[in-house]
Amino acid sequence: MQTPTYAPTSLAAELRLPTNWLDYTILAIYFVVVLGIGLAARRSVRTSLDFFLSGRSLPAWITGLAFISANLAATEILGMAANSAQYGAYTVHWYWIGAIPAMVFLGLVMMPFYYGSKVRSVPEFLLLRFDKAAHLLSSALFAFAAVLIAGVNLYALALVVEALLGWPQWVAIVVAGALVLGYITLGGLSSAIYNEVLQFFVILAALIPITVLGLKKVGGWDGLTDKLTARHGADFTTAWGGTGIGEANPLGANWLTIVLGLGFVLSFGYWTTNFAEVQRALSAKNLSAGQRTPLIAAFPKIFIVFLVMIPGLVAAALVPNIGSKQSGLEYNDAIPYLMQELLPNGVLGIAVTGLLAAFMAGMAANVSSFNTVFTNDIWAKYVVRGREDEYYVRFGRLITVIGVCASVGTAFLASSFSNIMSYLQTLFSFFNVPMFVVFIVGMFWKRASAKSGFWGLLAGTTAAMINYFVFYKKGVISIPSDQGANFVSAIAGFVAGAVVMIAVSLFTKPKPAEELQGLVYGTRSPGMSEPPAEGDDAWYRKPALLGWGAVVLAAACYIPFSF
Amino acid sequence: MTERPEHRPEHYTEHDVQREVSELETKSATAARIFDLRRIIGGLFVVYGVIVTLTGITDSQAAIDKAEGVNINLWTGIGMLLLGIFFLAWLKLRPTVLPPEDDRTE
Repeated sequence: MQTPTYAPTSLAAELRLPTNWLDYTILAIYFVVVLGIGLAARRSVRTSLDFFLSGRSLPAWITGLAFISANLAATEILGMAANSAQYGAYTVHWYWIGAIPAMVFLGLVMMPFYYGSKVRSVPEFLLLRFDKAAHLLSSALFAFAAVLIAGVNLYALALVVEALLGWPQWVAIVVAGALVLGYITLGGLSSAIYNEVLQFFVILAALIPITVLGLKKVGGWDGLTDKLTARHGADFTTAWGGTGIGEANPLGANWLTIVLGLGFVLSFGYWTTNFAEVQRALSAKNLSAGQRTPLIAAFPKIFIVFLVMIPGLVAAALVPNIGSKQSGLEYNDAIPYLMQELLPNGVLGIAVTGLLAAFMAGMAANVSSFNTVFTNDIWAKYVVRGREDEYYVRFGRLITVIGVCASVGTAFLASSFSNIMSYLQTLFSFFNVPMFVVFIVGMFWKRASAKSGFWGLLAGTTAAMINYFVFYKKGVISIPSDQGANFVSAIAGFVAGAVVMIAVSLFTKPKPAEELQGLVYGTRSPGMSEPPAEGDDAWYRKPALLGWGAVVLAAACYIPFSF
Repeated sequence: MTERPEHRPEHYTEHDVQREVSELETKSATAARIFDLRRIIGGLFVVYGVIVTLTGITDSQAAIDKAEGVNINLWTGIGMLLLGIFFLAWLKLRPTVLPPEDDRTE
């Protein structure tokens, strides 16, 4: 996960929202539509490709919005608002430098290899480029992490629902789990993606009123910055203030670790190799649409930061000691607090619906990528091979049921061992980093041998973990905060992975050139020679223009926050 | 680079993936049979828009005071209604195009 690893903590009990029948009607309508989408998408599932990858046939605007939505889970929304309430405007880094460059890189540079080679998953690409060891290691870890994250999402949902609506935790877990199970088992990835697009608009309808009213309450942006500057100093509302090397700031990171650790290693690892994201782009209808998927997602991503950061900052301005015992509010409470304070019934129902939708979408993205990897990469390659396609569709449905049950179990476990869960989450967050090293070296260096993939993955993961759990936790090196330590660990994992890959490659046989066609930069796969579809040559559909446009826009957004 | 030393039937190559996926693509039903999402988004947001707008019109002063004196239900409702209408209009103006028969036949 790219989101800062906030352990799901209980929200304050006094955050109970004054919901009425109207709000519940709005929520009920949403639940009906969600299941309806699953039922209606069912008839489009004929092959395993339909079930796991929507038949590679969806238009770019749908896959693009699903791409952003799969990331815009509620843990991200609440976590980023919490991040802002705690650290201030530094949050913009997770968006403008920590997402946009990586998304553009995925669209412009990596998608031709992913989409053109026709792989169905990120691990499958590793199988083609490296060997079975790298494939199995990455598939197994991904499958495990996906279930875990789905479970953590579900547990976080239960906590929020308990605090806001007063439902017992197990009711929320079972209801949300059953809904996700229902629509994915029925309609496969198509219904997951369709629901994600729907969720995108509902969450916007929830966050925009909160942001606007929140700003009004504190006297606009000027009133907000005045209040925060008076309390936390001028750096609190700037992006780079206090991030010089050696300077102290609450984030515990300097500009170099922000740019390299967050902007380069962590963000590229998450956005370009996390299959829960990449799967959305792989389900697009052609290479151009696949390339445009992360690029279309980049534009909303640039602006969504305002909708999560401003509520966080407003909460920090309104509740002077938020995050401490006296205030009774956790940082995570920022958005629920504003919902309670500002929203009348009606919009309140929309906001509750948006939050629940975002939790379910976050869970569904993980479940739908889990069932794909487990079926295609583990079951069909190592356990039961060569059966007819219908068998794998049936198996995919079965493993969806098992996966959802496992995440429900994880959610219940998390409620008794929440420390272990946040520990595990941190553990897995280190796995994306070496994945990225292996991809980047494998894609750009023909000489990288088949064996180097596995050892690079292993070495990178180990190095990141050693840095975090031994050097940082035991105090061998001093880093002021978990976030700062995360960034440094990511850099350590990247360097270790790259060094080990190069060393192993030099001592092992290279892969024959004919097995690398379309997998390494400078080669082409047969799938890439398709002519562009009609209408794709319009200027506004040019990937390069969209991609560079997003980068320029993100850079421009930094200007008002830099001086 | 050297020739492949021996034939390895176990080895899974890009050609296998290309062949498998291309074969599945010809049988895939998603493109031909999936409904148009714009209808769902349009429908849901028109319904939500109407509900929330009506709530806004009939809101008590207390509800408006809570929202900093803004009739937030009215404005959000209108916004959602417009979004819903946008999707329905888009659907009307650019109806679903079924893919050409030659590459997605049954």
